[in-house]
Order: sequence, then C-alpha cells, then structure tokens
Amino acid sequence: MNFDFSEEQQMVRDSIARFVQDDYDWDTRRAIVASDTGMSEKAWQTFAELGWLSIPFAEADGGFGGNIVDTMVIMEEIGKGLVVEPYLPTVVLFGGLIARAGNEAQRSAWIPSIIEGSTSGAFAYLERQSRFEIADCLTQAKAAGDGWVLNGEKVVVFNGANCNQMIVLARTAGEQSDREGLSLFVVAADAEGVNRVDYPMMDGQRVANITFTDVALNADSLLGEAGAAMATVDPMIQEATIALMAEAVGCMGTLNTKTLEYTKTREQFGVAIGSFQSLQHRMVDTMMAYEQAKSLLFKVVCEYKQDPASAESSIHALKVFIDKNAKLVYGEATQMHGGMGITDELDIGHYAKRLMMINTTFGDATYHRAQYIDKAYAA
Amino acid sequence: MDIAFSPEELTFREEVRGFFDEQFDDELVSRLRGDNFKAAIVEWQQRLYKKGWIAANWPVEHGGTGWTPTQKYIYETERSERGIPGVIPFGIGMVGPMIYQFGTTEQKEKFLPGILDSNTWWCQGYSEPGSGSDLASLKTKAELDGDHYVINGAKIWTSYAQYADWIFVLVRTSNEGKKQEGITFILVDMKTPGIKINPIISIDNEHSLNEVEFSDVRVPVENVVGEVNKGWTVAKALLAHERTGIADVAQSKRNIRLIKDAAAAEINGGKRLMDDAGFQAKVADLEIELMALEFTELRTLAAMAAGGFPGPESSLLKIKGTELQQATQELRMETAAYYQGVLPNNMDPEVLGHSWTHEAFRNYMYGRAATIYGGSNEVQKNIIAKYVLGLE
Repeated sequence: MNFDFSEEQQMVRDSIARFVQDDYDWDTRRAIVASDTGMSEKAWQTFAELGWLSIPFAEADGGFGGNIVDTMVIMEEIGKGLVVEPYLPTVVLFGGLIARAGNEAQRSAWIPSIIEGSTSGAFAYLERQSRFEIADCLTQAKAAGDGWVLNGEKVVVFNGANCNQMIVLARTAGEQSDREGLSLFVVAADAEGVNRVDYPMMDGQRVANITFTDVALNADSLLGEAGAAMATVDPMIQEATIALMAEAVGCMGTLNTKTLEYTKTREQFGVAIGSFQSLQHRMVDTMMAYEQAKSLLFKVVCEYKQDPASAESSIHALKVFIDKNAKLVYGEATQMHGGMGITDELDIGHYAKRLMMINTTFGDATYHRAQYIDKAYAA
Repeated sequence: MDIAFSPEELTFREEVRGFFDEQFDDELVSRLRGDNFKAAIVEWQQRLYKKGWIAANWPVEHGGTGWTPTQKYIYETERSERGIPGVIPFGIGMVGPMIYQFGTTEQKEKFLPGILDSNTWWCQGYSEPGSGSDLASLKTKAELDGDHYVINGAKIWTSYAQYADWIFVLVRTSNEGKKQEGITFILVDMKTPGIKINPIISIDNEHSLNEVEFSDVRVPVENVVGEVNKGWTVAKALLAHERTGIADVAQSKRNIRLIKDAAAAEINGGKRLMDDAGFQAKVADLEIELMALEFTELRTLAAMAAGGFPGPESSLLKIKGTELQQATQELRMETAAYYQGVLPNNMDPEVLGHSWTHEAFRNYMYGRAATIYGGSNEVQKNIIAKYVLGLE
C-alpha cells in the first residue's frame, strides 16, 4: 500500500500548477469566461503542446498510457485553478467513449486529433425529462439503408456550444427508460439537421441544447454495438465521476487556502479575524472536510485502478460525501469572506458555483445515496 | 498510489485469520464477559505476546512487530470483524513508547518486558480535579528529598487504577516560568505507601474510573522519564500516540455491522427496520463517513511509516473518530428501541426478551467520554488551528 505519486505524475501536477500561476490568473480567467466562446483556444493549444490531452489514452492510440491516478492528478489541478477549458467533456468523456467503444478506424480518426487539440468533443446524454437516469432517453436513431436517421433533443450538453464533434446517446430499440436498446453515435456538430442553442451556466461553462432533425448518419457513425450502449456508458460515467470528484477536491483545497490566508490578514476590532476561536474551529472543520474528501477519493481511485467494478459502491459514497463537504467548505468560505464573499469580483463565489454544478453532475447526493443503498442493503 | 495486497500480505492475512480463529476461542469470549475481566484480557494479551503481535506500533528492536501500514490495516480489519477487543492502551499504547523514546537503558530493561508480556498493568495519572482540558495547569507536586521525590496531590478519571501495578504521573517539580515548564513525567509503583484509590461510578453504571490521591508518596528519582521539568515534551508525545489509537475505526466498523444485523431482525409494522428508507439513509451516511475516516487513518499510518512519530494531524483522527463512534453508538441505541433503556443485569435473555442491548447501553453511555478524554475535541481543534493552520 502506498499513497505516493510517480515522478511523471508529480511533473504533470507541477506543470499544470505552473500554467495556472503564470498564464491563468483570476483576471485572465474572468476575461476568458466573458469572451464569445467562453474558453481560450490558446490555453487549449498549450494543453496539447504540454501533452495533457494525451495522458489517459493508450500508447497504441498515440497516448501517454495513463491511468485513473493520472486523471485524478490533472483534474485536481484543474479544480484548483478553476480552469474552464473542456478537459472533462473532450478528453475524459468524448475521448473516453471513443477509446472504450471505438473500432480501430474510429480510434485513429479521433484520438490523435483530440491529442493535438483540433477535435473538441462533447457527450450529449441528458434530456429534459431524464434528470439523473441516463437511460431515460427519447432521442431516436432509426436504421435507414446502410446508416441511421437521428431525431430528438439533448439538453445542458457540456462543451455543446464549442464542440466540433459529439457523441449522442440515442434509442435504437425498446421503450423510453429501457437500459437495452440504446446506442452511441458520433455526430459532427455542423451536420445538416443539427441545431444548437448555447447558453452559459453559473460556473462559466458554455453548454447547449441540441436538436437533431432527420440527421443522416452513415454506418461508421455507430460507436460500439447497437443497442448495448449502457455497457459502455455506465463505466464511462463512473470514471468521469471520479475525475469530477478530483476536480471538486481541488476546488475545496483552494477555497480553504484562500479563506485561511484571508482570515490571517483581514482585521476587525483591531485584530486579525483568524484569532477568533469561533472561526478557528470552523476552519478546522473545513480542513477536516477537505482531508477526509481526499482520503475517500484516494480509496476510490485505488479500488478503481485495481478493478473498476469493485469501486462502484465507493463511487456512490464519494459523491454523497463530497456533496455534503463541498457545501460546508464553500459555505464557510463565503461566510468568512464577509460581504466580499458574495461579490462577482472575488473568486470565492465562482469556486462555490463550480462546486454546486459538480455536485449535481452525474447525480446528486440524494440520487447516489439511493443507489448505494440499493446495492448494499437489498433484502 | 496503490492498495492492492501483495502475495506476502495475503499470506499474512491468512496467518492473522488462522491465529484469531484458533486463539480467540469461545471460552475466552465468555470469560471476557464474566466477572474477572482483568484476568481474561491479560490472558488474551499474553497469547498475542507469545505470537509476537502485542505491540503493533513499536519498533522491532524494542519488541514491536515492525509491521507496515498495510499489515496493521489487515490486522485491525480482521480483529474488528471478530469483535476482538483491542490491547489495553496504557502500557503498550502510552507509557511503553515514552520509555523507549525518552527512557534510560535501565528503565527500558526494567519496564518494557512487563509491558510487553502484560504482567504489569499500567494506569495514567494526567488529569486532576480542577485541571482537565487545561492539562498544564496541573498542581500535583513532587519535591526532592534526598534521592526521592515526595508526591502530594490527586489525579482523576484514572481508568482501571483498581487493577494497576504502576501509574505514570505528570507532576509539578517547579513553579518557575510558564506553566508548561516545571512538569516532570514520573513512574510510580501503586504499592507505594500513601496512594489511595477512590472509585467513580460513571454514566454507564460501571466502575472503571477512579480518583487517585497521593499523600507523601516517596518515589526514587531514577523513575523520572526524560528530563526533570521537561515532562511536557513527553506528555505531548504520549497524547499524540493516544489520539491515533482513539480513532478506533475498527470499533465503529463493528458497530455498523451489528446495527445492520440487528435492524434486519427488528420488525416494525410487518417491515424490517433495515428496509425503512429513513433508517437506511442513516446507516449509509455513517458507512460513508467511516470509509473516509478509514482512509484518513491509512494515510496517517503511511505518513507515520515514512516520517516516524505522529504529529498534530492525529488530532483530526481523534475528532472524527470519536464523533463517528458516538454516532454509531447512538444509532445502535435507536435500533434497540425500548430495550435501549434496560440497565445491564444478569437476566436470562429469554426472559428479558433481548440479548445484545446491554452492550449497546454500555458502549453508548461510556462512549460519551471519548470526545472528552485524550484532550477534549475542542482542545484538538485548538491544536490543529495553531499547529496545522498556523492561526494564533
């Protein structure tokens, strides 16, 4: 047993931290979020040049051959810096689905272009009625000749506004919520019949609602086996959840650090507010929340690395734990910054909003607690 | 970043399982519940000693196991699953490490063997009437008279003083300077004239706590551990050891298992308590907290393996560990419904109608002490605020 990071992992961590410190300060991040696309193409190209976009992919596909620990390291740094560029949608989700389900032609068509930074991807899985049940899917793909015709709508698609390729979950058989009969398709964002309406989220992400009207797809668009998408999607969402939880831990750590610094310098009644015991004990609570969240993340990552199936319960547990403890951390950070904590100018509220989005993404605590209970306490 | 067990670790786990299955036998279990607890627990500790497993956290050169963090984890997991009690902490967990860390060669030779083979029962003379969480305000005084110190004063909350052969005591040897200066750590034979034990019955209706009075108790100067007037250093090192053990993830793990077993048997309105959604949510949240705590403990163990002695981070384990113990004990009481209020008695469970609620009552009631002893949780937060967060 060890909780050490390899030399490569430490190098990646340091290089992202240096990028955030030198090229991604708070004013820069604000300007990026306020720009037309809400992301920086320049930053993305830097990610490509520094090799970060290649890390999770197999060496055979031109990647670095990293594992879940590498992804955790990257996502934690992304969380610390509140980096808004679409690493999760493009590399983890779009790239991950291609890597898991793609045939050789599909992998060689997309993975190298993700790595070099030219493919920006998204996974369109959510529909207005589906909440956290991904299999609740009305979007339909019907066989037509050698290919398919796609109709339906996806909502709140992460990176949906900027992506040039997306993977769409669509029903090819069965009823609305059946777990069987779902299929994945790679669809070009500029294909005929694809219509995007984009809008910003509170955490600075640009998302889109996307409609598909008689979109003609050729046979090569099908990713994996028709009707068996959930066998790919379920483990993919688990891995993406771990990545997202690492980002949350990064956000929580930064909030604690900034709040601690603030209370050491902010004076009221003639003394630093950090000298007040009522605040000290609450900062101990948030420190413990962070350390415990990190411990549980390590447990999940270690289990997943050993055998992804064995981590299922722990992933639900992690989602529940982070939900509660992130709320504690951002709540206290906001409170201890006083009036400044509720301004748009200060970064504190933006970390809070990112954590709120993370908490709901891929299911909130209520959902994951129920999942945990279903699996653990079945009579 | 890896928690996979190596083939050697899997072999070790088999050895632990085999040892527990063979040595923690039914006869011992019933003796531990019987009238002579001391004899039964000493017998168990001596079985561990013979196996070489009594001192999991000690270095090999002093008679410890030299186990890796993973081995300690495996051992604790297997122990908790069987409800096997932990080693009584005062000798192995507290004074022993102070003697091998700060003691003279003569002290090591004299005291360590008795601690390891459990022939010497130790108790802890730290808190005083009037000096609890503010430990350094202690007043029990030791005055030099030739080659002896003469001790006068009183210690309180002394667990199992009635069984003890020796007590380690913090005494004031000087009133100069700060209150932390002038404290000395000294070992006292409980048979020395002038020591009186007054029992304290605790909230669980049991007698484990005591007040220990010292009236002109003469102790040889060679019983001082570390330097005279520098006992605070020893006191703090001991508390850090004590706190790591207090987390007792194993106990909480077992409690949750017992809660689930009990709730599967309890029927309410024709439905198993374990199928009640509100109850399930409570159990799930406790299990999830425990997972996080278990890995925090593993991280601390790994850090200790790399860096030696536990630091202020052990305060985190103390706080979260005791909070979780109390939460699990509370839910176990809730599971017992009306029977939670039955005072421990010798009634036949068939007549009484229940078998496990005495243990739940004792654990819950005595468990209230856990957030108070070893430095109250509020004091632990002061320690973290000052030494980890750098807040003054």
